[in-house]
Amino acid sequence: MATQVFKIPESLRDNVKYSFCPGCDHGVAVRLVAEVIDELGIRENSILVASIGCSVTTYDFLNVDSLEAPHGRALAEATGVKRAQPDKVVFTYQGDGDFASIGLAESMHSALRGEKLTAICINNTTYGMTGGQLGPTTLLGQVTTTSPTGRNLEYYGYPIKIAEHIALCDGTAFSARVSLDSVANIRKAKQAIKKAFEVQIHGLGFGFVEILSTCPTNWKMTPDKAHTRVREEMMPIFKPGIYKDITIN
Amino acid sequence: MPECLTNKKVLTKGNYAIANAAVLAGCQCYFGYPITPQSEIGEFMSGKMQELKRAYVSAESELAAINMVIGATSTGVKAMTSSSSCAVALMQEGLSYATADELPVVLVSVMRGGPGLGNIYPSQGDYFQATKGGGNGDYKLIVLAPSTVQECVDLTYKAFYLAHKYKNPTVLLADGLLGQMMEPVEFYDYPYPEIDNSKWALTGAKGRDGRIIRSYAPLADNQCVFLEKLFQKYKTIEENETEWEEINTEDADIVLVSFGSTSRNVKTAMKLLREKGLKVGFFRPITLFPFPTKRLAELSKTAKKFVTVEVNMGQMVNDVRLAVNGACPVELINKGVGAPPSAQEIVSRIEAL
Amino acid sequence: MSYITINGDKCKACYLCINECPKKLIKISDKTNNLGNHIVEFEDPEHQCLACAMCATRCPDLAITGVYKDK
Repeated sequence: MATQVFKIPESLRDNVKYSFCPGCDHGVAVRLVAEVIDELGIRENSILVASIGCSVTTYDFLNVDSLEAPHGRALAEATGVKRAQPDKVVFTYQGDGDFASIGLAESMHSALRGEKLTAICINNTTYGMTGGQLGPTTLLGQVTTTSPTGRNLEYYGYPIKIAEHIALCDGTAFSARVSLDSVANIRKAKQAIKKAFEVQIHGLGFGFVEILSTCPTNWKMTPDKAHTRVREEMMPIFKPGIYKDITIN
Repeated sequence: MPECLTNKKVLTKGNYAIANAAVLAGCQCYFGYPITPQSEIGEFMSGKMQELKRAYVSAESELAAINMVIGATSTGVKAMTSSSSCAVALMQEGLSYATADELPVVLVSVMRGGPGLGNIYPSQGDYFQATKGGGNGDYKLIVLAPSTVQECVDLTYKAFYLAHKYKNPTVLLADGLLGQMMEPVEFYDYPYPEIDNSKWALTGAKGRDGRIIRSYAPLADNQCVFLEKLFQKYKTIEENETEWEEINTEDADIVLVSFGSTSRNVKTAMKLLREKGLKVGFFRPITLFPFPTKRLAELSKTAKKFVTVEVNMGQMVNDVRLAVNGACPVELINKGVGAPPSAQEIVSRIEAL
Repeated sequence: MSYITINGDKCKACYLCINECPKKLIKISDKTNNLGNHIVEFEDPEHQCLACAMCATRCPDLAITGVYKDK
């Protein structure tokens, strides 16, 4: 008699089929969020605010009440939802361009106000849906369709270290950066996502997780090579770790 | 700051009247960013909403404010923001999304001079902004234009009602004059029925699949179906909700058309012109969308001329011309910005026509 | 005996699971799905599967639908 040790999370819609490209880590991230929602038993009490970019399709996969925000405004809409329904668990699922470029003001101010929200931000160092342009987290030297000879300081300036910035906001209860490059790190990522929900549920403040993720299509790499890039190029600059956790320090 | 009292006449500013009416209408959430000449609305709300344990957020920008309203209304509650001209410009994206999401957003727009930063004098320069929209795509906002402080109260109640009845963003289009002037006004209990939002609001997917409020329609056919449905709704709104005031129009040779605070002097001018024996009528659209096109077309069969009076470079005059459709001339009396032309000035300009 | 189940219709042929399996029990199949992808298949004639679920944890497309551990 065999026992099931892995199953598709119940908080995903029935027979869900992702529309992400082959090998894209978005699929893993959405599954982890669903697993956390299952474990916390909050599917019927949660509201998702989806953002613009590949992340917008999340509402087609997660079986929770969902609202779509204009580009960059997910945390403003989430603030509105939470203030209107303080007993609901409200979370955003955003890309780095949405969270840290066009929506940086909304993101920082939600953290500064200490909104009881959870924000999940996928950092894949590019604008994926529009075809791989330079974004706020594009690494120095990285070639994109709008940095054809690589990101240089003269024209583009520096990439932003999101988790560190959010940790500096006094209203932040939890800020972490995790990676999906390996199974071990995927398991750590899930723990961080869970913590970011728990600080909201306990009313402690803003919970944030930045997830280092791949975009094999626009990086023009195999999914496997893409994970090597996360390890060798992204993680030395965007160091995984817990940057703030008011429940332990 | 005035006391919120119902069933009692008080002397108060338009901005306070609007804010107080919103509270009485059951507005649960206010989100805003300061801008003259409407800052009193946010000031009043910051105290009152906290006192009543309702939601208030000093938003980081108008972009954030309108999106907070979208978030709050997506859960079915009454919520609003208020702003003015160059800052309402920042909200156009959110208003476009809110129409596509079919959410009952209420925006109080207190017009000031433009374009650009312009100035803080009264203006009607955002007639186009409100009725034609600056957001992308095919959509309409319901637009209500008060002309007195009392009407600021009446139409604030109505804005919440229509927004929820039709699940469409609704604008109360006032101006710096109405916002800042004091008049006696009477508050009363919210006179409209509460709308049941339980079929669509996001309240957590208890015992059901998750609902999605979205505007993203990847397939062209789906978008066509949605737009047809949206514009069928606008047709219903035009049939049911078009509102205007008209005086002495039956026998009028000249019909003066004006909205908002400007219409007050126009009404006086009409009376003065009547005293002089001229057959002049007065027509005031109260809803700017839906615009009283049909009624103006009917009047164009008997009137010889229409004259619109506006504090802008001529905006509503275009809609009057479309309604009249060449049946008779439509002239414009206007000034760019500031206090409306006086009744005497309007009289002499009509006489000079 | 432990085993995994695969929904071939969801496999996008990223093949991340193949490298992940410590026992190398997943390989590219001759079969294709309706996306035209050569899907992966699980072959474990010697009953080596550990039910570690590393393949399923790695799979970005929920194509590995279940992992079952022998008691």
